[in-house]
Amino acid sequence: MTSHVIAVARQEFRIAARNRWVLLAALILLVFALVLGLLGSAPSGSLGVGRLAITVASLATLSVYLVPLLALLLGFDAIAGEVERGTLPLVLSTPVARGSVILGKFLGHLAVIALAIVIGFGIAGAAVMVLSGEGASGLIPLARLIASSIALGAVFLAVSYVVSASTTQVGTSAAVAVAVWLALVVLYDLGLLGALVLDPGGGFAQGAFPWMLLASPADAFRLFNLAALDIGNTATGLAGATEELPFSPALCLASLALWLALAFLAALRAFYRLEP
Amino acid sequence: MTALLTVAGVSKRFGRVEALTGLTLSVAPGERVALLGHNGAGKTTLLRLILGFLRPDAGSIRVGDHAPDSTAARRAVAYLPENVAFPKALTGRELIGFYARLRDVSTDDAMAALERVGLAHAADRASGTYSKGMRQRLGLAQALLGSPRLMLLDEPTSGLDPLSRHDFYALVDVVAAAGTAVLLSSHSLSEIEARTDRVAILREGRLVADAPLSRLQAEAALPVRIRVRAQPETIDDVSDRLGGTRVNGQTVELIFSQTEKMRRLAAISALGPLVTDFDVTQPSLDDIYVHFSRAAGEGGAS
Ligand SMILES: Nc1ncnc2c1ncn2[C@@H]1O[C@H](COP(=O)(O)OP(=O)(O)OP(=O)(O)O)[C@@H](O)[C@H]1O
Ligand SMILES: [Mg+2]
Repeated sequence: MTSHVIAVARQEFRIAARNRWVLLAALILLVFALVLGLLGSAPSGSLGVGRLAITVASLATLSVYLVPLLALLLGFDAIAGEVERGTLPLVLSTPVARGSVILGKFLGHLAVIALAIVIGFGIAGAAVMVLSGEGASGLIPLARLIASSIALGAVFLAVSYVVSASTTQVGTSAAVAVAVWLALVVLYDLGLLGALVLDPGGGFAQGAFPWMLLASPADAFRLFNLAALDIGNTATGLAGATEELPFSPALCLASLALWLALAFLAALRAFYRLEP
Repeated sequence: MTALLTVAGVSKRFGRVEALTGLTLSVAPGERVALLGHNGAGKTTLLRLILGFLRPDAGSIRVGDHAPDSTAARRAVAYLPENVAFPKALTGRELIGFYARLRDVSTDDAMAALERVGLAHAADRASGTYSKGMRQRLGLAQALLGSPRLMLLDEPTSGLDPLSRHDFYALVDVVAAAGTAVLLSSHSLSEIEARTDRVAILREGRLVADAPLSRLQAEAALPVRIRVRAQPETIDDVSDRLGGTRVNGQTVELIFSQTEKMRRLAAISALGPLVTDFDVTQPSLDDIYVHFSRAAGEGGAS
């Protein structure tokens, strides 16, 4: 029922706002984005790309680490924590459907993440735009970055619900969430890097590599933003990965959408199995 | 009167632990039933089964004509879990409003529920500033929303002071008088203050008693204890004549059944000035509870 979904979403947003979660997340993103934007945009002229475009490229790299972390931090407690505190049994004793509960939580938390991203990246982007005296030309990459960051956040929120609904204790849930972040965001990339290094013939770089980037939500997000900026090689050194992509960058969005759908279904499944 | 809640032959095990075994229990509209049992007796497990959170391994549960996890059953049921920790940053008004929306109850009715539990004055304070009793009352207000037909309250009065406990049972009386069936769990008979129509005692997942308190009192037939005091010089004489046991230099203890009470009292008063004082100890509610929860099988489970 829509009214139940809205009630749960409002409640989650209210809790996050009251706990200063929104403010803190926005501040973290803003500080990192300002530092990157103001420092990273100095040598822009030589590359022939706008300062804002460079800033967006470095922000995309920042987003890959920070946004999944924020989403996991927001979500790991969402179900396991409420079971421990006894509020989930209370909610589930009302006529509300479990699907409405998890959808409401998702929308509420996503609003938190979206607000933090819009504030953090929006202010940093505006600052760079003003300082560089560039017109509105950089607005589109910035908007694209903000929108795709929110999508990345949505994916990891859904992943965090899978974790939170499958573990019965908040402590376990937190540990698993950190492990998931490490695996999906850090170790996966390290693995790919290792494979590239161990592959002098270049067969891997040409063949499976781009597809493996596509398969990871974090890399798909980065690829999408960098490919659209046309500065993929300079900014990432990914050996021309974005230059000769065997697929359209739009496929990266499809990858994010698929991750979101699968993770959300998995979260629903785990949530319906839960004995609160 | 047909039962609103019917639990028939329900068993539930968690791995090796047999949490409930062949439990049969029913609660009629307007009836207040106390579910008593030691830690781990299976009280919470039973409530979670009734809510449809768990499925019984055997037996069946019906709420009205509905299966426990059906929407219709959940509309009829209200629940107060054992330990609820509400989000500390939200106010009482925000919290009760949230549960009201989930139950499709209006905001006005939500505030009315806060008023009924005497929390209206603190409605706009963060619930983190509430005392334990206030938090418990907030939980109770939530359970009052939407006039439930069955209230399941898990240890609603543990940790409440006697005054709050009294207020709580007064509210339960009102709710039950309006036709709501109330099933509440507790650790001891003295805690429920004989304020329920029926007492069901669980022991290691089995029902060992299910009757009104007065009948349990009669069934238990616990002995009366009288302590008689006398002068040290005459204490042996008193002890011999009454047939009791000497406790110390001036006290004799007599233990006998309820039916002998008058005869024994007559014997004591016949001793005249030999007895300086005496006191009678009737079995307490806790003694009755201990009797049933220790002596499995003898309790006359019905
Ligand atoms: N999810 C579970 N997994 C394994 N064992 C469980 C689970 N829930 C309950 N138990 C076991 O079932 C038994 C009954 O537990 P239950 O919580 O129903 O007791 P209780 O009467 O409510 O106790 P208390 O007065 O301490 O709240 C206990 O032995 C408990 O360890
Ligand atoms: Mg319990």
